[in-house]
Amino acid sequence: MAGLSFAVGRGEVLGLLGPNGAGKSTTMKIIAGFLAPSAGTVHVGDVDMSRQPIIAKRQIGYLAEGAPAYQEMTTLGFLRFVAAARGLKGAHIDRAVRRMVELIHLEQVIHQTIETLSKGFRRRVGLAQALLHDAPILILDEPTDGLDPNQKYEVRSLIRDMAADKAIVLSTHLLEEVDALCTRALVVAAGRIVADGTPLALRARSRWHNAVTMIVEGEAAETLRPHLNAQFGDQRVEIQPTSLEVTATPVPAMAITVFAAPDELGKGLSPQHVAEALQSMGRNQGWRTLGLYVDPGRLDDVFRDLTIRAQERT
Amino acid sequence: MRIAPVALIAKRELISYFTTPIAYVFLTIFLALNGVFGFYLGNFIARDQADLDAFFQFHPWLYLVLIPALSMRLWAEERRSGSLELLLTLPVSTAECVLGKFLAAWSFTLLALAGTLPMWVTVNYLGQPDNGAIAAAYVGSFLLAGAILAVGCCLSAVTKNQVVAFIATAVVCLAVMLLGFHVVIDTIEGMLPSMLVDVITTQSFFMHFNSIRRGVVSGPDLLFFLTTIVFWLYANVVVIEYKKSD
Repeated sequence: MAGLSFAVGRGEVLGLLGPNGAGKSTTMKIIAGFLAPSAGTVHVGDVDMSRQPIIAKRQIGYLAEGAPAYQEMTTLGFLRFVAAARGLKGAHIDRAVRRMVELIHLEQVIHQTIETLSKGFRRRVGLAQALLHDAPILILDEPTDGLDPNQKYEVRSLIRDMAADKAIVLSTHLLEEVDALCTRALVVAAGRIVADGTPLALRARSRWHNAVTMIVEGEAAETLRPHLNAQFGDQRVEIQPTSLEVTATPVPAMAITVFAAPDELGKGLSPQHVAEALQSMGRNQGWRTLGLYVDPGRLDDVFRDLTIRAQERT
Repeated sequence: MRIAPVALIAKRELISYFTTPIAYVFLTIFLALNGVFGFYLGNFIARDQADLDAFFQFHPWLYLVLIPALSMRLWAEERRSGSLELLLTLPVSTAECVLGKFLAAWSFTLLALAGTLPMWVTVNYLGQPDNGAIAAAYVGSFLLAGAILAVGCCLSAVTKNQVVAFIATAVVCLAVMLLGFHVVIDTIEGMLPSMLVDVITTQSFFMHFNSIRRGVVSGPDLLFFLTTIVFWLYANVVVIEYKKSD
């Protein structure tokens, strides 16, 4: 990793994205104080992690990759141990553990040893230990990995509810999670930052951003390709066969997509203009329109583009 | 170094011995082998002497096998399971973790030693032993266990494999133990300057333990064991810091 420099403020949920081996987990281990960087520093508020690691770590709740825990301990024993290690005492430990058990729904496994828990529950116990001391900073390495859709929903809601008064850094492979949770996304590839912005801004880098797609029944649209190319430019039109599977027999259809570069929006290629032009063309040809939509941009497209380019450079 | 985190880690570790079969297996084997060595190999009855020398003389060899079994999991298991990352991102220092784990294991060996107290009571019932000498031997045995344990803690942090940690600890401790044997001293005497030979041979666990076993807990022996423990625990901290990213 090199030149990886960023700041996360209170109220921000930063999603750390990147292919496997890009350095996401290493970055999180460094922020959490597990690994020391060979150069550079981590500041937790005003505290330098390398100089005052104990004070810095007190302000961090960390869920490591794979949610490691002491397998032979019960959920209750483990949470009490972590609470005490994080500086809580007496009644505060009981209160914090009780709050977590209720919040993360651990009631049914509280007296079970961790080695007997399902992957989902282990992850939830890991999350509970990270949230126990209500730290202002949360570092969560793939917090929803291994959870079922309902549990994912709950954990995301939990993170969203806490986001207003915490600084949260989370890593994920799920691009949907970036949309669902993150106020900002940082794409890391080959140990470097290749993009940093809001999920919306990242989507805007996709070639699909503001692309207008009209789906028409039948296969006649192909015949109008020269006309479409003439009107929008041949580099900007894509016609793909598709089908609608609303009945047992799929309905053959064509998807006409007109791409627009951001700097051309004012040149008669705004999504609205393109949509109107396509609709008008459809009416003239007597096509039956099955769908018309403007694409907000595709994160997976941007992710692939950025990371592959970064890997090619190295 | 803060006491509270050290005590917390020691308590967690000590409890973990009893929530797994380790404690029960270790205590059973330790006490059984003590009996076997003391009564049969040491000829406790035939010697007809009111002391526990027959029993203590085998402790170095007993510890050579049993203490590495106790220490092998201390860090190797933390590294293998990934819980090391959890532990070292809690607001505790590596040194506090090392000391906490070591004290847990050392106090466990004290508990094992306490299990042999009935033998001391028996000797007192049968005759009039030199209780001071026996108490000194207990102190020596405890210090010897601590020194081997400190080596084991450090070597357990070198690898994720508990078997490797066990073998490495046993081999290193055997080597250090043998430094006090005449056959080793005679061998290295001709090869090295006499000052160096003196320095090497005074590192023998066996020699210092035997010195205490005779009934005197002398300053140099005490200092030797304590500095040995401190040295290996410091090395343990260094190894963890160096190897934790693996």
